[in-house]
Amino acid sequence: MTAKLQVRHLTKIFGRRIARAEELIKAGRTKAEILKSAGATVGVSDANFEVNDGEIFVIMGLSGSGKSTMIRMINRLIEPTSGEILIDGKNLTSLNKKELLNVRRNKMSMVFQNFALFPNRTIIENTAYGLEIKGVDKDERHQKAHEALELVGLHGYDNQYPTQLSGGMQQRVGLARALANNSEILLMDEAFSALDPLNRKDMQDELLDLQENLHKTIVFISHDLNEALRIGDRIMIMKDGVIVQTGTPEEILTQPADDYVEKFIEDVDRTKVLTAANVMIRPSYVNIDKDGPRIAMRRMVENEISSLYVVNSKREFVGVVDASHVMGLIKKKERQLNSVIQTNVPTTAPDTPITEIMDKISSTPIPYAVIDDQNHLLGIIIRGAVLGAISGNEVNEDA
Amino acid sequence: MPNIPQLPVSSWIDKLVDWLASFEGFFNGVTNFIGGIINGFQWVFDLLPIWLFMILVVGGTYWLNRKTKHWGLIAFEIVGLLYIWNQGFWRDMTQTLTLVLTSSLIALVIGVPLGIWMGKSKVFETINKPVLDFMQTMPAFVYLIPAVAFFGIGMVPGVIASVIFAMPPTIRMTDLGIRQVPADLIEAADSYGSTSWQKLFKVQLPLAKSTLMAGVNQSMMLSLSMVVIASMIGAMGLGNKVYFAVGRNDAGGGFAAGLAIVILAIILDRITQAINRSKIPKS
Ligand SMILES: Nc1ncnc2c1ncn2[C@@H]1O[C@H](COP(=O)(O)OP(=O)(O)OP(=O)(O)O)[C@@H](O)[C@H]1O
Ligand SMILES: [Mg+2]
Repeated sequence: MTAKLQVRHLTKIFGRRIARAEELIKAGRTKAEILKSAGATVGVSDANFEVNDGEIFVIMGLSGSGKSTMIRMINRLIEPTSGEILIDGKNLTSLNKKELLNVRRNKMSMVFQNFALFPNRTIIENTAYGLEIKGVDKDERHQKAHEALELVGLHGYDNQYPTQLSGGMQQRVGLARALANNSEILLMDEAFSALDPLNRKDMQDELLDLQENLHKTIVFISHDLNEALRIGDRIMIMKDGVIVQTGTPEEILTQPADDYVEKFIEDVDRTKVLTAANVMIRPSYVNIDKDGPRIAMRRMVENEISSLYVVNSKREFVGVVDASHVMGLIKKKERQLNSVIQTNVPTTAPDTPITEIMDKISSTPIPYAVIDDQNHLLGIIIRGAVLGAISGNEVNEDA
Repeated sequence: MPNIPQLPVSSWIDKLVDWLASFEGFFNGVTNFIGGIINGFQWVFDLLPIWLFMILVVGGTYWLNRKTKHWGLIAFEIVGLLYIWNQGFWRDMTQTLTLVLTSSLIALVIGVPLGIWMGKSKVFETINKPVLDFMQTMPAFVYLIPAVAFFGIGMVPGVIASVIFAMPPTIRMTDLGIRQVPADLIEAADSYGSTSWQKLFKVQLPLAKSTLMAGVNQSMMLSLSMVVIASMIGAMGLGNKVYFAVGRNDAGGGFAAGLAIVILAIILDRITQAINRSKIPKS
């Protein structure tokens, strides 16, 4: 793993008496004390961290903790007071105006909390903005913008205006605008915070899906721990401009650095956010239209299980067969499974919250089948996976 | 307060005016330039037959309002223009129109860049605000005196006085429009690596446009309000008719010409507003 982005001793102080404030920081004074005695606001104080190539790095913290200041120093929308920012080992803080423009045009793109789409431009023109600025000619940039819009799942809105789209769609455009530029780093300041919970989750999924193919380096600000845990490869927690802890979601949950972090993770009741899709696992199954008892037996032996799910050729869920019954069929030299299929299997939809089915999961002997609205078998829920997920280990990261 | 000597404000200004008047070549150049614009407009209006002028105005109004179809306005324009023609004010009307269009054009060309500068620089805005207040509150008559001193008698000093009096709204509204652009859109423009010019032309000006155009509309109305005053220094047109009527105590003639000014004002106002109407659908 190589560091794409390195931040060293980065400090931002707002206000007039900056030198005095810096002295006070060195003397170990808090943000409140510095504001009182120097009248200067500490935005970010001596921050050090690295973001690896291709990871989603989430910055968290309460309001005013310096998240936005931090991310805006990375593309120098806010000039750092001191410290260094290195991208691919190259120092950004020493760039002149023209070099800085080039970095902004080619290296990183930003996605904003309130979308920040230009109301006077159509969706395609908004998406192509970065390319237009670079002087890419119209056909080519619209082509690329169109591809980016397809990538985020927006079809047929090219010539609409932002006000004609819903919030979720607008933020897809915001994301497409960043993707169209094809820069390696995405800076996302609370990009999903303005969306309602369902849309937010969709966008998180969308981002994770995209990330699987695109491998961008993403700095993502969030004030929502669930979101951070869901999408973050690593999480950094800030308080009053200072970095309190950096680590994987696991580390943050299991070894909170101090009371502040602990407070943060207290709020997460993991059962509230987990859905059937989060905890389901891949089932072993046979195709009733094609496979007979021998194949079924073989699958069970291979996977060391005593029952097997049955689907038809359209992958529609049919039922479950049990090892002892299948054995019986083999003895009788039967070729069809039909006679022994049990159909009274509990089923649930993928977006059902775990809390709703928890009790039943622990009381039924057969695992739940997760099926979508066309009766396709998506997965099954076994007791162990639910417990694991609740205790903090999501089984199915990409669900 | 008998002991405190009076400040010689008037003699300072006189001296300043005298000093400025020594740049005769410059003022002649400006006079010729503005005179050229005026002649150009007037030439076109004199060339246009009345019926064609009316068709252009009505057709233009129809096209600008093609979504909403303001039949009332179109009827008003036809009746109003026929009235002006019927009263024998047609050429006066085109002269007044020339004066208004020339001053608005100059106000636009000078005012918008100044407004942009104010919108981008806090310092310039702080300096300029009182100047604009001064320009707008100083009685418009006062501008006539130096205008005559530098530019003589006729349409040109009338235009100059109108520009000074009418330009502030254009400047102010441009400034306001630029400042009103939401901060996150500016950030977005910056974060994608826009240069200042790109940001100005692709983001700030397009978003300031409707505010800016409201300023232009106000400037136009203000310059129309200057036509009677301008006629005192020899500007021709409807204002001149009103001014003479005042001198002859001719209430009827004054009112007839005044009504023509009102008609022209309403038509100009509605047309500029229609131009300004946003093409972007509201959510
Ligand atoms: N332009 C500015 N001038 C002065 N102080 C500022 C400025 N921008 C931010 N600050 C201060 O810097 C600190 C950090 O602000 P910042 O916006 O980075 O917080 P944040 O973590 O993004 O908060 P939020 O979750 O509310 O977005 C705050 O105390 C804020 O008041
Ligand atoms: Mg913020």
